[in-house]
Amino acid sequence: MSHTQEVKSILYLDGVSVSFDGFKALNNLSLYVNEGEMRAIIGPNGAGKTTMMDVITGKTRPDEGDVIFGGNVDLTQLDEAAIANLGIGRKFQKPTVFENQSVFDNLELALAGNRRPHENLFFKLQSDQLDHINETLKQTSLAIHRNKIAGALSHGQKQWLEIGMLLMQKPDLLLVDEPVAGMTDAETATTAELLKDIAKTRSVVVVEHDMDFVKALDCRVNVLHEGSVLAEGSLENVQANEQVIEVYLGR
Amino acid sequence: MTLARKPLIMRIGNDRLARNVLGLLLIAAFLVPILNLWVPESSPFHVPSYVVALFGKYLTYALLALSVDLVWGYCGILSLGHGAFFALGGYAIGMHMMRQIGERGVYGNAELPDFMVFLNWQELPWYWYGFDSFGFAVLMALLVPGLLAFIFGWFAFRSRVTGVYLSIITQAMTYALLLAFFRNDMGFGGNNGLTDFKDILGFSLQTDGMRATLFFLSAMAVIGGYLICRMIVDSRLGRVIVAIRDSESRARFLGYRVEYYKLFVFTVSGVLAGVAGALYVPQVGIINPSEFAPANSIEIVIWVALGGRGTLIGPILGAVAVNYGKTYFTGAFPEGWLFMLGGLFIVATLFLPKGIVGTKSIIEGYERYRLRLAKYLRPYDYVKGGSGR
Amino acid sequence: MPKFKLHLALIVTTFAVLFSSPALAIDFADGVQALNAKSYSDKGRAAEALAATGHERTVTVLTALLNSELFYQKSDGEVFIAKKSGKVYILSSPLTGADLGETKKNALKKIRINNKLRGKLKGLLGGLTLMSADADQRFSAADKVFKASDPAMLGLLERALSREENEDVKSRLTRAHAAIVLEHSKDSSARIAAAKTLANFTNPDVASLLGKLSFLDDNGHPIEKDAAVFAAIKDAHKTVESQLSKWAVLGNLFQGVSLGSVLLLAAVGLAITFGVMGVINMAHGEMVMIGAYTTFIVQDLFRSHFPEAFDWSLAVAVPAAFLVTGAVGIAIERGVIRFLYGRPLETLLATWGVSLVLQQMVRSIFGPTNQEVGNPSWMSGAIETSTGLVLTYNRIWIIVFSLAVLAMLAVIAKKTMFGLQMRAVTQNRAMASSMGIRSGWVDALTFGLGSGVAGMAGVALSQIDNVSPNLGQAYIIDSFMVVVFGGVGNLWGTLVGAFSLGILNKFMEPYAGAVLAKIFILVGIILFIQKRPRGLFALKGRAVEN
Repeated sequence: MSHTQEVKSILYLDGVSVSFDGFKALNNLSLYVNEGEMRAIIGPNGAGKTTMMDVITGKTRPDEGDVIFGGNVDLTQLDEAAIANLGIGRKFQKPTVFENQSVFDNLELALAGNRRPHENLFFKLQSDQLDHINETLKQTSLAIHRNKIAGALSHGQKQWLEIGMLLMQKPDLLLVDEPVAGMTDAETATTAELLKDIAKTRSVVVVEHDMDFVKALDCRVNVLHEGSVLAEGSLENVQANEQVIEVYLGR
Repeated sequence: MTLARKPLIMRIGNDRLARNVLGLLLIAAFLVPILNLWVPESSPFHVPSYVVALFGKYLTYALLALSVDLVWGYCGILSLGHGAFFALGGYAIGMHMMRQIGERGVYGNAELPDFMVFLNWQELPWYWYGFDSFGFAVLMALLVPGLLAFIFGWFAFRSRVTGVYLSIITQAMTYALLLAFFRNDMGFGGNNGLTDFKDILGFSLQTDGMRATLFFLSAMAVIGGYLICRMIVDSRLGRVIVAIRDSESRARFLGYRVEYYKLFVFTVSGVLAGVAGALYVPQVGIINPSEFAPANSIEIVIWVALGGRGTLIGPILGAVAVNYGKTYFTGAFPEGWLFMLGGLFIVATLFLPKGIVGTKSIIEGYERYRLRLAKYLRPYDYVKGGSGR
Repeated sequence: MPKFKLHLALIVTTFAVLFSSPALAIDFADGVQALNAKSYSDKGRAAEALAATGHERTVTVLTALLNSELFYQKSDGEVFIAKKSGKVYILSSPLTGADLGETKKNALKKIRINNKLRGKLKGLLGGLTLMSADADQRFSAADKVFKASDPAMLGLLERALSREENEDVKSRLTRAHAAIVLEHSKDSSARIAAAKTLANFTNPDVASLLGKLSFLDDNGHPIEKDAAVFAAIKDAHKTVESQLSKWAVLGNLFQGVSLGSVLLLAAVGLAITFGVMGVINMAHGEMVMIGAYTTFIVQDLFRSHFPEAFDWSLAVAVPAAFLVTGAVGIAIERGVIRFLYGRPLETLLATWGVSLVLQQMVRSIFGPTNQEVGNPSWMSGAIETSTGLVLTYNRIWIIVFSLAVLAMLAVIAKKTMFGLQMRAVTQNRAMASSMGIRSGWVDALTFGLGSGVAGMAGVALSQIDNVSPNLGQAYIIDSFMVVVFGGVGNLWGTLVGAFSLGILNKFMEPYAGAVLAKIFILVGIILFIQKRPRGLFALKGRAVEN
């Protein structure tokens, strides 16, 4: 694969390998995502999708390879918090919100800036920050639940809240792991709209199993298999690819 | 324009349980010494000195419980080594009182404490310098536990040791200190520890006036400790540590450096425990290595668990209740106390995961109460258009 | 020349012992009777004659005479060995050692000796044992001579050496001879040769003798004035010390392995409950304690019902302890722990409560004091080498036992159906349940297994430690350290963890002292966990994340 960088790439993975006790979770994976692009990653179980997310967000250090953000930042040298503060937000596969705190508080905790302890001991919410929270509440259809304890939300609402929390961080790149798993059809459609809306202002990488959802996203697709990229292109192209049918869709 | 929060004092005023308990404590802080010192013994209102001493001791335990609750209840760090911070604070004050004995020791040596004379030491070890000064000793009672908490936390949290692993190594920490302080070579009185104290700031420790003063100080320390903890947990920082407790990785991926937050609360907690120890030792008149015993530290946890972790009032009530029970039962049924204590651990974890304060059926009418509480316990009540920039 | 006569007599008697001991017994009886002579010189001759018989009881009889324990009966003059016991004397036969009952004090009269006779007796005794027919006695006599370092024994030693055929005894005799020559001789070349001979003996006593001889006086000059001899002594000392230090390493290694085996026993049950099930069992130490008390009860039953089979008591105690503690473990799992899965910190607290209850229960039943648990005969004693190495049998057996327990567990985990179910449940509970495994029972049995193993550890620990209600407390932190250090969920890690901590501890002790060594180990582990939070043999990858 060649990487002609006419459009500025926001994320650039080159030759990334990760192995756990001899098992190669990622095998010479190369991938790039452009600024403002929406990208879907599909692949069978064990293809290395979550490991790839782990590598980008600093949870796992690759054995070899480069992970470059924004053209010049080497992500392999940074930890999770530093990477998050650079502007990379990550949604987990299982919705992960702060269950004992209100929806409002969850969003407020995700607010960009103020990450040091002493800044938070005497923190006062500014009105523009409050506006940002209210805006996000609206965007994620959670405005009426603002004072509800997050643990009391439905599964789908938790997914949205988590996405909302990512938005509060004002990230340049959003990594979203299976956002519609366990959602109703209506919720799935809403989520697709939400993500497309978000992708207008930033790059979004979505890992998903649900083909209808990927279709609804209407973006470029990478197929991962055994830790490397098997195919890349539009969903139609990819679905027509012999190899892809062989390993994944055809079964 | 910013959004002002209601001031701390108003938030506590709206929280009925906290208001009642703290109010009671404040009244007791003044009333108990008065009833002890100035009401004649014949009067039914007289509070005997032993009760003052006993409850003074319980209050230091309450502060200790509060410090454990701050890390465990709010940040999910189950420390089984808080007895170490408590003991270190106690040793700091004990060292000062040891120096105050001067020539009144058994050996009449003004330069050296008795145990050093006994061990044939020729001069005071360097780490005893400065403890002649009360101020220095108080400073050390805060600094040494805080520093140990900071250094230990620095290593532990940075390398992401969590959960039971962390609990086990906190236990190992206090165990290592236990062994160390047992050694005579350490210069802290070995096995026997520090005792035979005479006076502090020129006032004899044996008088009723001193006991009442220490009771007053302990009560105020609990109130002060509560206010500090309340300020922390009500702040955004407090919500970050709760967030860390509930989902550490989410907090991390939101960009929070989890280790710094843990380090902050752990250090604050260590200092609070040190203060508790510093108040405890003058009241009981002795500090020895057994305070470092891992079993002691685990016992603190049950005060918190029984009272209600993640509430700041619960541990205060739990510490006083369990220790009152201990005093009573070890006197009345010495064989039975360990059964009781063991049973408490089992019952509290199985049936009262939220402790007394957090469990509805325990306190009558709590249901109604809780609805109101939920409204006020929400840490932030924003008032639009408040003052400030 | 009396010495020559003695020598001859001994050679004669050696043959006599070999060929005709029954006939000699009569001579011996007469000889003993002859000790009750009127004059001291007659007694002396009788003693010499007795020594010449070479009878195995000679030494006993002469020693009794020396210690004023030889009496004759006033009525008929018959000679007895008698020991005073209150107001009576307990008699035994000088000929056979058989117990002859007791008699009143005034029925007996002591056979008196004087200083001259006393000296003669000592010489005879020293020579006798050095020339004894029994190689073990000659061996220990040679060592006694070595320690006494009396130049008067030199001649005797030389004669003993010349006729000695047992290599071990010969070597001891050589050592004693060289030591005496080195210390007392005036012949410098003989002394240098003696020093060189001594250099071949790797033994703490030799080292201390050489060390003593190479002292410097207050002015910094060697006490030894002969420079060449001094150099030889220094050389020999260095050689012996360096050899000894190698043996000391071996000794430390044994101590370390022994401590490691104790740690392994204490920790291996935890490796199952904590490692496999993820359950922190703070009552683990109490399982060990209950195992030790089970041993006590079993031994008590043996003492009262089958005292002759006492050596077999541990063979019964091991399975008994396994069953008792296993049952207690299952009861704890069903009664408390199963409600707390997924809440490890609460499990920790609840099991701590259980441990307090169990401790108090045992204290209430058996009392707070130590219980007497006996060592069977096959666990008493030790292998000792001349190089100062002592390997006690109970430690050796415990090492063997710990490895056997570990092997048993490995077999259960790898080769049995239960082991398979156990691994299945811990890896994927839902899947295992849906395949028909009763995961609740697998949990209970796994916990029971871990507890039962702790109980078996208690049997072993009862052999080397005090059996009291606090027994378990002493081991709980160490056990956790082993499991955490070795890596959770890995029996191999527990093995390596236990032995490396044990050995490390014992190698640090000579430099730091026992307490500091332990503190260093604890601090070391705390720091180690920072580097490798999951221990030495950690599993990696996504599977271990939660």
